[in-house]
Amino acid sequence: MSFAKPIATLRTSAGLPTGRLALWWLLASEVVIFGGLLASYVMQRLGHPEWAYDAEHTNVWFGAGNTIILLTSSLSAVLAHQAAQTGDGKKAARYLWLTIGGAAWFLVNKAIEWSGEISHGFTITKSGFWSFYYTAAGLHGLHVIAGATAMAIVALDAAKNKELQRVEYVGIYWHLVDVIWIFLFPLLYIAK
Amino acid sequence: MTTTTAPHHADAPTAEHVHDAHDAHEQSFFTKYLWSTDHKVIGFQYMITGLLMAIIGGYMAYGFRMQLAWPGEWIPGVGFLSSGRYNAFITTHGTVMIFWFAMPVLIAAFGNWLIPLMTGCDDMAFPRINRLSYQVFLISAVVLIGSFFVDGGAFGGAWTAYPPLSSKATMNLTPLGSTLWVVAVALEFVAFLLGGINFITTAMNARAPGMSMMNIPIVVWMIVVASILFMVSVGPLVAGAAMLVFDQQLGTHFFDPGQGGDPILWQHLFWFFGHPEVYVVLLPAMGICAEIITCNARKKFFGYKTLIYTVFATGIISFFVWAHHQFVAGIDPRMANVFTITTLIISIPIAEMLFLFIATLAGGQIRLNVPMLWALSFVAEFLLGGVTGIFLGASGSDIYFHDTYFVIAHFHYTFVPIAVIACFAGFTHWIPKMTGRMMNETIGKLHFWFTIIGFNLVFLPLFITGAWGDHRRIYNYDHFPDLTNAAMQDLRIASTVGLLIMIAAQGFFVWNLLWTWLKGPPAGDNPWQATTLEWATTSPPGHGNFHPMPTVYRGPYEYSVPGAAADFTPQHLPPA
Amino acid sequence: MSTHAAIEHGHAADEHIHPPSFYVKIWGILTVLFAISVAGPMLGIKLVTILTAFGIAIVKAYLVCAHFMHLNIQKRWVVYLELGVLAMVLLFWFGVAPDVMQHQGQNWENVAAKQAVERGMAAHGAAAAEHGAK
Repeated sequence: MSFAKPIATLRTSAGLPTGRLALWWLLASEVVIFGGLLASYVMQRLGHPEWAYDAEHTNVWFGAGNTIILLTSSLSAVLAHQAAQTGDGKKAARYLWLTIGGAAWFLVNKAIEWSGEISHGFTITKSGFWSFYYTAAGLHGLHVIAGATAMAIVALDAAKNKELQRVEYVGIYWHLVDVIWIFLFPLLYIAK
Repeated sequence: MTTTTAPHHADAPTAEHVHDAHDAHEQSFFTKYLWSTDHKVIGFQYMITGLLMAIIGGYMAYGFRMQLAWPGEWIPGVGFLSSGRYNAFITTHGTVMIFWFAMPVLIAAFGNWLIPLMTGCDDMAFPRINRLSYQVFLISAVVLIGSFFVDGGAFGGAWTAYPPLSSKATMNLTPLGSTLWVVAVALEFVAFLLGGINFITTAMNARAPGMSMMNIPIVVWMIVVASILFMVSVGPLVAGAAMLVFDQQLGTHFFDPGQGGDPILWQHLFWFFGHPEVYVVLLPAMGICAEIITCNARKKFFGYKTLIYTVFATGIISFFVWAHHQFVAGIDPRMANVFTITTLIISIPIAEMLFLFIATLAGGQIRLNVPMLWALSFVAEFLLGGVTGIFLGASGSDIYFHDTYFVIAHFHYTFVPIAVIACFAGFTHWIPKMTGRMMNETIGKLHFWFTIIGFNLVFLPLFITGAWGDHRRIYNYDHFPDLTNAAMQDLRIASTVGLLIMIAAQGFFVWNLLWTWLKGPPAGDNPWQATTLEWATTSPPGHGNFHPMPTVYRGPYEYSVPGAAADFTPQHLPPA
Repeated sequence: MSTHAAIEHGHAADEHIHPPSFYVKIWGILTVLFAISVAGPMLGIKLVTILTAFGIAIVKAYLVCAHFMHLNIQKRWVVYLELGVLAMVLLFWFGVAPDVMQHQGQNWENVAAKQAVERGMAAHGAAAAEHGAK
């Protein structure tokens, strides 16, 4: 079933494309979701000095590796946007697939890291720290999966030079996923 | 669009169904009414689902009010109400009425109907996301209803779901029901986040040429601000819902004080959302009434810009008041002082809005039709709710009133005007536009008066029993000698009788719907001689709404302009 | 469909097209900052750890937001919108922390939380002592 865009989608009374406008609002709603969770974590963490002993067991190298993966995938996402700006849909799609590869690598790392931790008895019920650790990283992981899925859909269209403006939108979303991780990394791995 | 555009709405009279069947662009029932991306159809979907859910919420109220008036007796249609079911009933009543009735009807249904029509565009900015938002909403409703049929029954820990009652199955005895409740609420949030982004984006970006920010009708502003409030306040609770589910099902201890958690954290997460939520439903209700009052006073809205700035102020202050729900929860008294002050401050912009309504009425040529009656009663009844809120917002008096029926009466005097009165006001005002048929004024007035009398009879007595110390979480007063004197019981019975009147009055509404369906006279494009853009198109608007698309030349409320040809000058009319 | 075309090429209206090298440069700065944030805690000085970990996180987030999301050339109100919701998160923090982060205050004491802290510290202290004895 073909879908014709209504006039409403194409108007720009506020001065920026509708898709990007909606995306900024989506980002705002994500900021409060993660903000609420991390604020709850920080205040509990500061009130519970004993959690520092739990935090010692997190593996900085997994966290660091994942940080560099996400930073690099953000680079390929923005390069995809740059290619879309110049009208090169094929190149944009290639960069997007590269970004999705980064997302997959991130998730594989996460799976290895978590299974190691769980097998050592550091489960979600071990202590308050581990509860927040798995909840925050898990929620972030869901966003990684969602972002990768959205990028795959956009990449398929972009390869045919269709809906190129969407390359930027998934890119912005992906940068948000990156920014959230930039804060999760010190909160969960470095502060000990 | 070869022939005259087919009406796309669920309440279409049968004659037009036949017409559709012969239409060249034939659509199946499924694609037209269930899988449609048309904002008007989705508005009807939300409206009908919301009203059906209201019947469920009303049934629950009937069950527990009967139990309170005649404890332990057999209730027609309910049977004997056990304490567990009683708890499930009050919980579901509160949850349904706010999340599955007030929000879908006031924000989603009216937002879907009005935003594209009033801003002069053909649909929402993202029609398929709009459809998705309704589908998620429908699933959330099904999950909630389904929780009644699982092992242990539906959740009974009140709509605020305070832990540990909500987090431990050993306490709430509903191991599955409590989780389904959280999941349903979380899905509902997702639906309204999707819908809210759509409303905001549409109103910001898809306005007709010439419609500046200060030419947007008030109700659109209100729905947009409400959507923003919802989006910003709900975030922490989305995270909180995940934490609560983990506490229930995985055995984490986010809210267990013995294991390094904190139940007060949930209360903060909940009320940081829960109080702005009051304004999320209040603002659209006020917007609806503003439209109706201006139109039927035949006067320009008094202080349009003042109202808009007041709404912004209300929205911002609404984030600073949440802890007034927790004065007796053990929060620090120094914080309680801060929240008392902010709570009293927020009554200022709300009072200002009501003054603007009254100033609009002053000197107008008032038409007392059914929508106007509802809108005027909104102002009067909400005032009662607002004034009694002062007692509860001040931490000192709240310690006495907390968890009494005074609280119940107070917030029902705010929520019933919002959800019931404003909903009927908007419904009777815009149904001629959405269906192309006028409703019956006489039946409408009967419906109005019986509902209003019933409603006041329900909640006025509860102010009194509450002031006498009647506690709200009691299933059977026989075990509480202090609360079983005859005077209190009489008031409880009066309240229940009021509810029965209020429920019976809805028979008039159903009668009116049937009357409208079967023999409602055609409405014409602009039955109320109103100025905003939705009245510029046909009733009901066809697919694409406007042919051609309108251009806006003036503000939304140009009534009784001196020297004008008629006493109203529509927004789309080119200047002479 | 002139409106549609305007959106397709809407980038040109409010955006400057950077060459790929610009983004690679930003990525380079981010990587260096990241290395510092990992190396910082190895000094073992608490203040340095906090500064490098969170100070650098903020700088990194700023770089990503400004240059990758292009917030620096976006409409100004978009920045204010995102900062506004961030302010709401801070508001949440300041409203809740007095009750949740603290374990006592005016006329109240969170006995359960205090006991949980003591229990946790004792258990880990014992474990640490045992570990040291080996």
